[in-house]
Amino acid sequence: MLASGMPAGFTRDQIANIAALANLELDASETDLFTRQLGDILAYAEVVQQIDTTGVPPTASVVARHAADRPDEILPSLDRDEALAGAPDAALDAGFFRVPRVIG
Amino acid sequence: MTIREVRDAVRSGARSAAEVCGDVLARIETLNPQLNAFNTVVADRAMARAEEIDRDRDRWRHAPLAGVPVAVKDNLCTRGVRTTASSRMLEHYVPPYDATVVARLEGAGAVIVGKTNCDEFAMGSSNENSAFGPVRNPWALDRIPGGTSGGSAAAVAARLAPLALGSDTGGSIRQPAALCGVVGLKPTYGRVSRYGLIAHASSLDQVGPLSSTVHDAALTLGVLAGADPCDATSAAEAVPDYTAALTGDVRGTRIGVPRALLEGIDAEVSRAIDAALEVLKARGAAVVDIDLPHAKYATPVYYLVSTAEASSNLARYDGVRYGFRAPADGPGKAGHYDLRAMYSRTRAQGFGPEVKRRIMLGTYVLSAGYYDAYYLKAQQARTLILRDYDRAFADVDVVAMPTSPTPAVRLGERVSDPVQMYLMDIFTVSANLSGLPAISVPCGFTRAAPAATDLPIGMQLMGRRFDEATLLRVADAYERDTEWSKQLPPLIPSR
Repeated sequence: MLASGMPAGFTRDQIANIAALANLELDASETDLFTRQLGDILAYAEVVQQIDTTGVPPTASVVARHAADRPDEILPSLDRDEALAGAPDAALDAGFFRVPRVIG
Repeated sequence: MTIREVRDAVRSGARSAAEVCGDVLARIETLNPQLNAFNTVVADRAMARAEEIDRDRDRWRHAPLAGVPVAVKDNLCTRGVRTTASSRMLEHYVPPYDATVVARLEGAGAVIVGKTNCDEFAMGSSNENSAFGPVRNPWALDRIPGGTSGGSAAAVAARLAPLALGSDTGGSIRQPAALCGVVGLKPTYGRVSRYGLIAHASSLDQVGPLSSTVHDAALTLGVLAGADPCDATSAAEAVPDYTAALTGDVRGTRIGVPRALLEGIDAEVSRAIDAALEVLKARGAAVVDIDLPHAKYATPVYYLVSTAEASSNLARYDGVRYGFRAPADGPGKAGHYDLRAMYSRTRAQGFGPEVKRRIMLGTYVLSAGYYDAYYLKAQQARTLILRDYDRAFADVDVVAMPTSPTPAVRLGERVSDPVQMYLMDIFTVSANLSGLPAISVPCGFTRAAPAATDLPIGMQLMGRRFDEATLLRVADAYERDTEWSKQLPPLIPSR
């Protein structure tokens, strides 16, 4: 892909694989749309390959200096009822989030 | 009324906070149906709070925002008040805590009147990605207000509130401010706490004010800024009195203009920027050309970096702890409903198309085999963009350019082509990639006939890291010699 300097574009299978990685269920029309649009976006972004970045360190964050260490103190936080209050399916009495069966 | 006028009137007793709040709520009721600027209006809560301030005037006598109504972007958590990020995913989400900026505003005497519409999870440039419909530009209802803080910009422009909070990941405060004819400030990364801001791209996100004057932006920044133990990236740098910096004196101030970057922009925008620079020159500033050789790569670099961060940040929306969960028996969704299917359907039904597009792109650029070619490459390019600015700021005090390459486009004009939409961010994304503070100030109107569709134009000024004072001083000096900030959109009924 990079040797030619231009992306080959995406196949529907590649889009389906990315969607699976991202935990997104796509329908057929979305798969078609994203196959085209992600190809367009990546073709546009391909211009970054022209930049000479030899020996240039990456920037992940612009924070100049990190906050100093702080004492590890126990402070109040959300109580369990508040934490569960927004859950779509909570077992309030037991104090759990409930999800579909995972095993068996 | 400006923030300062409201605050002074409430402090002196010339007007009660309740009166001010009642006026604002009435305006919202009249104009919001046309604008769709608010997702939620909290009239009762606001009136109760205003009355509380009136009952205890002594306590609020010195509060910097006493009785000032404020509209808060709907991606900032408000305890007990629905916070949706304009997404179906969070349509019924009620946060159990306040964002630090919300707590600081209320601590300074502000009265929250509602939550403003925005692009879903603050992803977009036009406000058309909201799950609750687009905001309309108060200057021309068939046009975009800009995005993503479009509701905040429209609310201030239509005088539905003298102050609004926005968030800015790639221009989301400045671009809608420009397109709606108001002032919008993105502070230095780390200047304002991000605690309680629904994360989009954590190395780029920053909260800031939208207001009708530069003085009001300075006043509000003084309230918002400062270290926060809840945000490890918030900076410990001292917070100066930003309003004291507004001296009107720009003699000897050096303003850099990256001319090469401005080729091909809208002719009226170009003329307005040139005229604005003349105003600053007349006040004694020196305008010089600067070279930012990597700035032309900023937009693609931004979309590689921001989507990578977004794909990671939005992984939390899985239908377990809060927010929407797709039902097991949804239409046409028969079959096995295990945990994985629940995640995938929840995200499929909860997210809109632009959010999905960005999660997909971000997932791709972070995936094995492509990480180096895209994400790492973009991070290296980010370093070069940053170095360009560091070099420029060795010579100049601020950098000036348009905020947006065009005035507000029509609703629907660019929605079908993501790349065309992304190009609207060409002048704003660099400040986020480099962490620099930047402000948009109104600098004119398009004069294309008919006059009824005159559209605002914004000038962007960028400054040195943590030097918002200089940025605000130059912006305020410009505002003193111009009347743009005082003009009102045609939909506001004349008194």
